[in-house]
Amino acid sequence: MSLVHFQILSAALFSIGLYGVLARRSAVLILLSIELMLNAVNINLIAFSAYTESLASTGQVIAIFVITVAAAEVGLALAIIINLFRSKGSVDIDKIDVMRW
Amino acid sequence: MGSTQESGTEGGVLTESLVVFLIISVVCVAGGLGVVFSRNVIHATFLLLVSLMGVAGIFLLLLAEFLALVQVLIYGGAITIVVLFVIMLTKSDEFESLVDNSQKPLAFLISIGLFVVMTVAAIAADNGNTVRASLKFSDLGHSLFTDWAIPFEVASLVLLVALIGAIVISKQGEEE
Repeated sequence: MSLVHFQILSAALFSIGLYGVLARRSAVLILLSIELMLNAVNINLIAFSAYTESLASTGQVIAIFVITVAAAEVGLALAIIINLFRSKGSVDIDKIDVMRW
Repeated sequence: MGSTQESGTEGGVLTESLVVFLIISVVCVAGGLGVVFSRNVIHATFLLLVSLMGVAGIFLLLLAEFLALVQVLIYGGAITIVVLFVIMLTKSDEFESLVDNSQKPLAFLISIGLFVVMTVAAIAADNGNTVRASLKFSDLGHSLFTDWAIPFEVASLVLLVALIGAIVISKQGEEE
């Protein structure tokens, strides 16, 4: 088992997440796909740090920061989605094309 | 640095860890595909949880125990629950009709293309190294609070600002 296995898994998860972001219409589902992409990035970071002796802590620390930002992003995005739903009555991103209403 | 672990031999031999890796990968990818293709939002959220727990297993295989723990706590315990709350707070009958948009075939092509490019690049750059280094909890904490002290404080500030912002944004709509 070498680095390339983890890279292929990460590429697969990232591509799936990208498809979700591009093809879905519901804001919540796009958020879930973004989480998938962030996790693919984390797999890559930790895999590179595990297979590179001199980077052992760097990758894990950056992965912790990625998880922190992901948590902050989910909180904010969900607040925006709730607000959007209250004022527009919908979470369909195709209908949300104005910044102010 | 902690101990290093030699796993497997070169030449594609099926070792125990490779078998475990393949099982977890199938779980991850199946969960991810479920998130993207499921018509039911609640199902998609639980499938995301399956996929993310698989990622926690991958972290264990990479000898990153702390990250696996954090993954289970943050994604299993917090993010999935919050997403479920929001799905329940918003009208769920709308989700049935909200499936995919018209750029679906293009999105499919782009995703497949990206996957092929990244896989080819990864295979081309493979050096066959199978030695993984593990990191002790104490080493991780030490490096977090010495080399990465300022980014760590910034990250905590980001969390604080994001949480206050989330409260303010969701309060704002309530008044109207």
